[in-house]
Amino acid sequence: MLGWLTTTDHKRIGLLYFWTTLVLFAVGGIEALIMRTQLAQPNEHVVGPSTYDELFTMHGVTMIFFFIIPMTTGAFGNYLIPLMIGARDMAFPRLNALSYWVFLASGVFLYTSLALGAAPNAGWFDYVPLASRRFDPGHNIDFYCLGVIFNSISSTLTAGLFIVTMLKSRAPGMSLKRMPLFCYAMIAAAFGLLFALPSLSADAIFLFLDRNVGTHFFDVAHGGSALLWQHLFWFFGHPEVYILIVPAFGIATSIIPAFTQRKLVAFPLVAIAELLVVYIGFGVWAHHMFATGMPTITLVFFAAGTSMVVIPSTIQVFAWCMTFITGSARFETPLLFIAGFIFMFVTGGLTGIMFLAVPFDQQVTDTYFVIAHFHYIIFGAAVFPIFGGMYYWFPKVTGKLYFELPGQISFWTIFLGTNLLFFPMHILGLHGMTRREYTYPSGLGWGPYNLAETVGGFITAAGILLLLGNLVWSYLRGAPAGPDPWHGPTLEWTTSSPPPEYNYAVIPKVTSAYANWDVADREEDRRKLAEGVLVLEQGHEQVESAPVDGELAEVVEMPHDSPWPPLLALSLALVFTCLVIQKFTVAALVSTLCVLTLLGWHSTEPQER
Amino acid sequence: MPALAGCGGRTQSSLAPESHAAKDIASLFWWMMGGAWIGLGLVVALLLWSWQRRKRRGFGRDSGGVKPGERVGWLVVVGAGIVVPIVLLATLFVISDVFVIKTTEAPAANATRLTVHVVGHEWWWEVRYPGKGVVTANELHIPARTPVRLEVTTADVIHSFWVPQLNRTIDAIPGKTNAIELYAEAPGRYRGQCDEFCGLQHAHMAFSVDAEPPAVFRRWLAAQARPAAAPASAAAQSGERAFLDGACSTCHTIRGTSAHGYVGPDLTHLASRTTLAALAIPNTRRTLADWITDSQAVKPGNQMPDFRLTGKRLQALLAYLEGLR
Repeated sequence: MLGWLTTTDHKRIGLLYFWTTLVLFAVGGIEALIMRTQLAQPNEHVVGPSTYDELFTMHGVTMIFFFIIPMTTGAFGNYLIPLMIGARDMAFPRLNALSYWVFLASGVFLYTSLALGAAPNAGWFDYVPLASRRFDPGHNIDFYCLGVIFNSISSTLTAGLFIVTMLKSRAPGMSLKRMPLFCYAMIAAAFGLLFALPSLSADAIFLFLDRNVGTHFFDVAHGGSALLWQHLFWFFGHPEVYILIVPAFGIATSIIPAFTQRKLVAFPLVAIAELLVVYIGFGVWAHHMFATGMPTITLVFFAAGTSMVVIPSTIQVFAWCMTFITGSARFETPLLFIAGFIFMFVTGGLTGIMFLAVPFDQQVTDTYFVIAHFHYIIFGAAVFPIFGGMYYWFPKVTGKLYFELPGQISFWTIFLGTNLLFFPMHILGLHGMTRREYTYPSGLGWGPYNLAETVGGFITAAGILLLLGNLVWSYLRGAPAGPDPWHGPTLEWTTSSPPPEYNYAVIPKVTSAYANWDVADREEDRRKLAEGVLVLEQGHEQVESAPVDGELAEVVEMPHDSPWPPLLALSLALVFTCLVIQKFTVAALVSTLCVLTLLGWHSTEPQER
Repeated sequence: MPALAGCGGRTQSSLAPESHAAKDIASLFWWMMGGAWIGLGLVVALLLWSWQRRKRRGFGRDSGGVKPGERVGWLVVVGAGIVVPIVLLATLFVISDVFVIKTTEAPAANATRLTVHVVGHEWWWEVRYPGKGVVTANELHIPARTPVRLEVTTADVIHSFWVPQLNRTIDAIPGKTNAIELYAEAPGRYRGQCDEFCGLQHAHMAFSVDAEPPAVFRRWLAAQARPAAAPASAAAQSGERAFLDGACSTCHTIRGTSAHGYVGPDLTHLASRTTLAALAIPNTRRTLADWITDSQAVKPGNQMPDFRLTGKRLQALLAYLEGLR
């Protein structure tokens, strides 16, 4: 137990992330089901308007900040990046632990608000002046501001850590062009987070100051601007969409080669596309604001940006499809989820393209058409690969094989459920139903579509329960998997399942992006292990290599387990608690605790050799 | 509590357009949807084809470095993934963002015979006819087949004015006045709704646009410009006193009396309106009584307090309000 608390092992931290985000996913899902129950028929009274507002706000905040980002980066990225690049651990293991504990603390912090009946209630994009003290006098929005800032500390740490790890800790020989596509996706997401989050944090800090100190950043009556909030928010918010789905692309590009036994078609183009989608994603934010009365030239500029961001996605879609066709696809559960993902992503992408037509965007903005679009993207394109990835790497993490038949049933249930849940939303939006209505009148023809969606929601939930049940049962009763049940392409399949604490006994030799398929290199690893060359098993060391060509640069000593990361996260939680109850002096005093923790942290630096 | 029915029109569909702008947007959508089905069909066909070919080769044969069909793969990725999308996107961009975009724009103030000014409030719509001395709420009237300049702003938070059958949405933003065209090809009642989340009763912030033949509209405008009708009966007179002496007049205006409140809607011609509470309920004697005595049950969180009036005073007040034609 204490071992998990003080761990700095990337695999254990990845699993901690996994379990925590899974719990938050369940909570966000229950919030969604309550909303769907409320909307099943016109004029329902399952919940009142104030509860409903908290539900949809918490659902959005939870799924985006507390499920998908930490699941793809924190859980999948943490567990897999060092394995895929042949490293012993992340570049800064204690920072990695800190990132997790800060994430956990921020999640607990945010959900305290729900327990206190003061959960954020102005939507996940929290527009001012609705979120100002005048129109939202409780602590609800203070929890939002501080929760988002708290959470983004964790994401920023993860982003920096990922970038350094992937640029510096790759096994010697793994030049950038031999890096697996999964890592390209992760590095794109990490750069996205690093550049997008400051905008969100600044926004949240401004709002917190407006609400608590009397500044006027967003107060029109005193020369502030209500639209400033929207610009800063969406400058973060749109790249965020790509940050959500690019890691899922990474999962897809890991599963596809394994289950078609073919290297991905047009590898260099796909790698560039993964980076480009995030880069262009920074130039389209104002398409969330087409109805705010911006000048036509601004509308047209951002519409053009929106059309450009399509190209990297079409490149990837056709590269995936052509790999399916030219390889020999084996449609087992992980690949089914990826095929489903392609279907969902293309559907959501095609409705996304429609938003570059400014007048159409202005016609359906803030309606269920938009809800349909982004759930096809966020559930279909981000969560489907997460499910596929759970099945794909299950044997690696647990050492057991999952059961195939219930796996396939879980896929079809989730696939049918989500389409029944989200497709009618397109029609509802076109028929005029706006988002965030806690109820709707009869007589406008919206009832049957809503009922179908609610049924779809519960079918989806049943599918997810089946998936999780299957994995639990497989863990208890599954057959042993061995190190490489899929003949997978990347390095993680060369080590045992589950991998030992040190990952690789010898530093693996890498001469391509599909290291596990390079038979000669793997022979050489085995020979080195037998001869005792480049063996790192005994020590606590990691190889550092040159960022571009991956030449061996130095060997560094890694830190051991440390109690300081969870302690620092705890001190931060105390500071944020003081801030939310507006005890600013106490917060300043408590923040000295953070400094003391940092002093303790740095008193135990690993010794230079 | 009265069941809330869809007052003010049987549809709110952007696919049942009744103006040139909404028609352009709807046909833009139908074309895009056609293209989208073709695109989705293509991808599904590719996936099904790979499923059909799945047993063509033994699994695990070509992982040693051979990449079968790489040339064809590159061709498809570059052709279908780069070249074709660029052509299609550029076409869509030019059609929608150079041409169709213009049809939704507001006519210049000096080029139109009528400007309507709308102010969003939590949770109702104030409607003003500048220069005509008319103020009403939630039920806009416009002449049919006449381009009207609609100006939108807000008294509190951000709202969005949206009548999908007539035009796209436009936000009401503090410190800013936005404008679009409002035009209806045929007389009729068109339903609209606030399209930006604005707090507890966002769901009940609907409105209607009544497009009328120009002569009918002119009569309506003239009637609305008159001050309130004097109470006709003894009961109505006592109702007026109750209104002016009580809390009502601190929030509501009735032109021609001493009531000048600005928190709630102008009630000068309340009885000429067919709905109450931003279309949440129809305007009848019973629903009006419900609204006065128990508005928090009809529309929880709205800014009107419940007035627990006794039978006689309530009847007097209702008699007065029903006379405000």
